[in-house]
Amino acid sequence: MAFSPNLIADMQQVWHYQFMQHAFEAGTVVAVVAGIMGYFVVLRRSTFVAHAFSEIGFAGAAGAILVSVPAIVGMLLGSSVGGTGIALLSRRSSHRDLYIGIVLAFSLGLGLLFISLYTGYATEAYSILFGEILGISSNDVLLTLALSVAVLIGVGLIYRPLLFSSLDEKVAEAKGLPMTFIEIAFLLLVAVAVSVSIQVTGVLLIFSLMVTPAATAQHLASRPRRVIVLSAIIALAATWTGLFVAFYEPYPVSFFVTAIVFSLYLIVRVFHRKIVGPEESQGKRTGERPRIHVGTVAHEASRVEPAPG
Amino acid sequence: MEATGAQPASREGGSTIAVSEDMSAGYSGKAVWKDANFEIRKGEFVAVIGPNGAGKTTLFRLLLGLQRPLAGRISVFGAEPKRGSSRIGYVPQQHTIDDESHIESLELVRLGSSGKKWGFNLFSHDDTKAAFSALESVRATDLAHRPLAELSGGELQRIFLAEALVSEPDLLLLDEPLSNLDIKREGDLLWLINNIVRSRSVAALLIAHNINPLLPYLDKVIYIANGKVASGKPDEVLTSEGLSALYNTHVEVLRDSRGNLAIVGIEGHHGDVE
Repeated sequence: MAFSPNLIADMQQVWHYQFMQHAFEAGTVVAVVAGIMGYFVVLRRSTFVAHAFSEIGFAGAAGAILVSVPAIVGMLLGSSVGGTGIALLSRRSSHRDLYIGIVLAFSLGLGLLFISLYTGYATEAYSILFGEILGISSNDVLLTLALSVAVLIGVGLIYRPLLFSSLDEKVAEAKGLPMTFIEIAFLLLVAVAVSVSIQVTGVLLIFSLMVTPAATAQHLASRPRRVIVLSAIIALAATWTGLFVAFYEPYPVSFFVTAIVFSLYLIVRVFHRKIVGPEESQGKRTGERPRIHVGTVAHEASRVEPAPG
Repeated sequence: MEATGAQPASREGGSTIAVSEDMSAGYSGKAVWKDANFEIRKGEFVAVIGPNGAGKTTLFRLLLGLQRPLAGRISVFGAEPKRGSSRIGYVPQQHTIDDESHIESLELVRLGSSGKKWGFNLFSHDDTKAAFSALESVRATDLAHRPLAELSGGELQRIFLAEALVSEPDLLLLDEPLSNLDIKREGDLLWLINNIVRSRSVAALLIAHNINPLLPYLDKVIYIANGKVASGKPDEVLTSEGLSALYNTHVEVLRDSRGNLAIVGIEGHHGDVE
């Protein structure tokens, strides 16, 4: 099959195949949910957690295949248990990343064991790791849709407290927001979102839909709702383009998706600097501040140091 | 700057906001300070000063209900403090703002009142209106659509103040809002805070290292050092005799020709606090 300059004809050709229809359907749903959840993952600096979920999900999926249960069930189970556990470790705990790393390594080991015990096709493992969107059944599409709608309803319910606790943790805590509940609810939603996204991107490439689109969108807008919409649009555009190109080229869909979002990120970072210019973006800044901790810098020595301090 | 009503008058008869009786506070059973007695009334501007690690932020945590006293009693608005009072506006010492996220100031201010509400509110005109009125009272409406990560230290403090004011509190707790500011911006922010205290009759506790820029505005000072707490009008508390008696050691309060204070004799001892 060859690509022609007539895009409409090309689309008709692509859509002629049922597996491509399913891929587009599932891809669309996953891109939207991953793009939206990705915003909060990035805002809460929880990318490592999201990554851990996907690998804990890998162990779950491999175990599920071993006992002839659908992989997605194992993924959901693994990542939700992992999610609750991680949420109970305080967000402020300085050892949190350490614990996540330790659990993550063990999960991968466990997944490897399950796969070696499984006597069927090794391609199962490959498809969990790198995604197999072209093999999605219509049942999978429905399940993906149902889970994604649940995630979106959930995130809609906790939207404002989630945003507040992400932006200004200390004030949110003083205002009486249930911080642990918000964290558990958020991580469970991420766990489900990761589990459905893995079908498209695979365990190892989860960030291509969960992190990069949101990170790109952050630079294009300053209102959370706009960033969220842009993030979903970027994820969607990458998934559609990736599927379309992969139909004609003998390379994996996941590769094209990652390549597209990565290029977009680079373009936005480079181009944005240029159009905003150093004057506006650096305007009132007092130098480069990778992260601002207001009030932590020592006072100017020149000041009259009176009484205490 | 003094033009807008510095009224360091005591406000006897104003209603009580917070009372501390023989309160001791600390962490895991170990007291940071003991026997604090003070009262804060409606519309008072109070400075909380003392060396690093003396337990100034601990006092805020007690007032916010994030921590319980080890001994004695504290009451805020006539009851034991409970986390989540909408009558308290809090500006912590540290905010972490990610340089990568370009969230505009308005959003943070709006969350100051709407962040507690569940659900997704698509339009939220009321919240936006409240946010703009808070921004107006800190003279920062022009910053509404600027990303937080691009603001200067003084601009950020005004936004945080607006975030605290948006729920129309009766008590403001400001943890070191003046650190990081140069003298000019420090003066501007103090003038603004004083204005808010006077025009809204809100009580404000402000933690600072340097009491001198605050002196023209203050109704009261709470001085925390060496495990002890003194409070009262600045002229009454910050005297050589008073502090020497409290600390059982020779303390001198020096005054320069412009009225600036310096306390000598306590600094060397605050090591036992940490």
